[in-house]
Amino acid sequence: MIRDVLKMTDALEAELAALEGDNSPQALLRVKQLQRDRTELLDSCTNLTAEDKVFLARHPRRPKIDDYISALFTDFFEQKGDRQCREDASILGGIAFFKGAPVTVIGHRKGNNLEENMKYNFGMPGPEGYRKALRLMKQAEKFGRPVITFIDTPGAYPGKEAEERGQGEAIARNLAEMSQLSVPVITVVTGEGSSGGALALGVANKVLMLENAVYSVLSPEGFASILWKDASRHGEACDVMKLTAQDLYQFGVIEEIVPEPLGGAQTDPKALYTHLELALERSLASLRKMSPAALEAQRYKKFRQIGQE
Amino acid sequence: MAMGNIFTNLRTDRRERDLNRKVQQETGAGLPWKEPSFLECPKCGRRATRAHWAESLYVCPNCGHYLPIGGYYRLSLVLDHGTFRELNGKIESGDPLSFPGYKEKLAASRRKTGLNEAVITATGKIDEMPVVAAVLDSRFFMGSMSAAVGEKVTLAVEYAISKKLPLIIFSASGGARMQEGIYSLMQMAKTSAAIARLNAAGGLFISVLTHPTTGGVTASFASLGDIMLAEPGALIGFAGPRVIEQTIGEKLPAGFQRSEFQEAHGFVDKIVPRSELKATLAQLLRLHQKGATRA
Repeated sequence: MIRDVLKMTDALEAELAALEGDNSPQALLRVKQLQRDRTELLDSCTNLTAEDKVFLARHPRRPKIDDYISALFTDFFEQKGDRQCREDASILGGIAFFKGAPVTVIGHRKGNNLEENMKYNFGMPGPEGYRKALRLMKQAEKFGRPVITFIDTPGAYPGKEAEERGQGEAIARNLAEMSQLSVPVITVVTGEGSSGGALALGVANKVLMLENAVYSVLSPEGFASILWKDASRHGEACDVMKLTAQDLYQFGVIEEIVPEPLGGAQTDPKALYTHLELALERSLASLRKMSPAALEAQRYKKFRQIGQE
Repeated sequence: MAMGNIFTNLRTDRRERDLNRKVQQETGAGLPWKEPSFLECPKCGRRATRAHWAESLYVCPNCGHYLPIGGYYRLSLVLDHGTFRELNGKIESGDPLSFPGYKEKLAASRRKTGLNEAVITATGKIDEMPVVAAVLDSRFFMGSMSAAVGEKVTLAVEYAISKKLPLIIFSASGGARMQEGIYSLMQMAKTSAAIARLNAAGGLFISVLTHPTTGGVTASFASLGDIMLAEPGALIGFAGPRVIEQTIGEKLPAGFQRSEFQEAHGFVDKIVPRSELKATLAQLLRLHQKGATRA
């Protein structure tokens, strides 16, 4: 559904771009008309289904970790490598200023074109990626920097070498260590967050989620193939999995939904950045007031009560 | 005369017997169920009597293949006789996502296995040393992690922290409980955070990996033991072998993700045969006792 709407707006935008610079009265009229059509189309995108949201969450033009870093942070310094065996580029991490204060930023990196996708393994980290993330978080703790993580991954990479180097152990270690950090931790689910590969960056004091992001135990395709032995039923899976931000807010899994522009974040990223910056600033301000022990206790309690009768 | 009588009696007897059989078959009533006295090994195909299997603790007497065993039986093998006390036995799964068909499947599984959930948590003693123990039971939804499993494991860890007892968890799990979606995923964070607290409090956690330990259980508490033990030949990994083969497009070598593989790659301290498990656990507990000395 949203797929068709976006196709139409894409066509309108292409025509708009072609008319740019043309100052004849007919062209200006046409531009007005096109802009009105575009707004009308996007206005119709209010009642999105879970499947629409999965589509938007994976949209190729949706803002990625690099975009968030350049829009919300300054002086970013990238840190590479797990100091054990290699650098895993599917997780990007480093130090930057957020509103003038140093923070550690970590997130899944997908890349913007096929070449980059391949280089970053489509945002599917191996154990080295998680160990790098943990190294950066421990360092943030040492220097008293808050940690901000961005989740956008189809899951941890199910490969041979990843298993040989302990994918399960790496994720488990991150979950345990993150729960004990003495600095504020904020997670933003920006795109798709699937499986333990997403959660391994997500044991936070506050979890924010973009309006059209999804967060689930497994990708809808994997879910359908495990449960019904038929990956093509992923549309049906989207509906029963309850993976939208609105569902998770109700369950108490996330604390805040960050609004996106109509038709998804890619239609107007600047509007999204404004909302996200405000939300991050607010969360950070409240967490900075808490003592290390209170931060640990609040994080423990947050996850402790999920699924408690 | 007498002869004729005998034949008519025989004939009616036979007719009666046939009729009885027919009724029994149609109604399924009155047929005595006999436990098959032989059990076939799924690996080598050889059969052995039940008594033989029980004697070898359900390890194939012929080829040494490990059969999965139930949670209560597992505890009876390691805990001292009469010390078992179950913790939170009544906690059951709800249906948090109102997932279609899940309630019925749960009820069927409860009926079939007699278990309330896929984990049993208990206190008991090993060689007179008190412990908290948890066992995942693969008969119930493949030992998958539901909110109830996460809750029971977390309560057991918290009990171990508050009573300053060592914790032993026997894992056997297919991973997440799909029907509980995000609730299942979040149990990974919950149980791992509890283990992290146990760790911070100086408590001992021995993790025993049995066949199969995969997915979200491998990627949470099962991998976080101070001591990591495994049963021989158990499948241990994050992604399942089928998923990996589909992803990389090649066949995996024999023995991939088995206990011996995990030991060689540095994720398991020791592979312990089922028959030596209790002795090994007792040895580890003695080594961790306060002011431990060897007489």
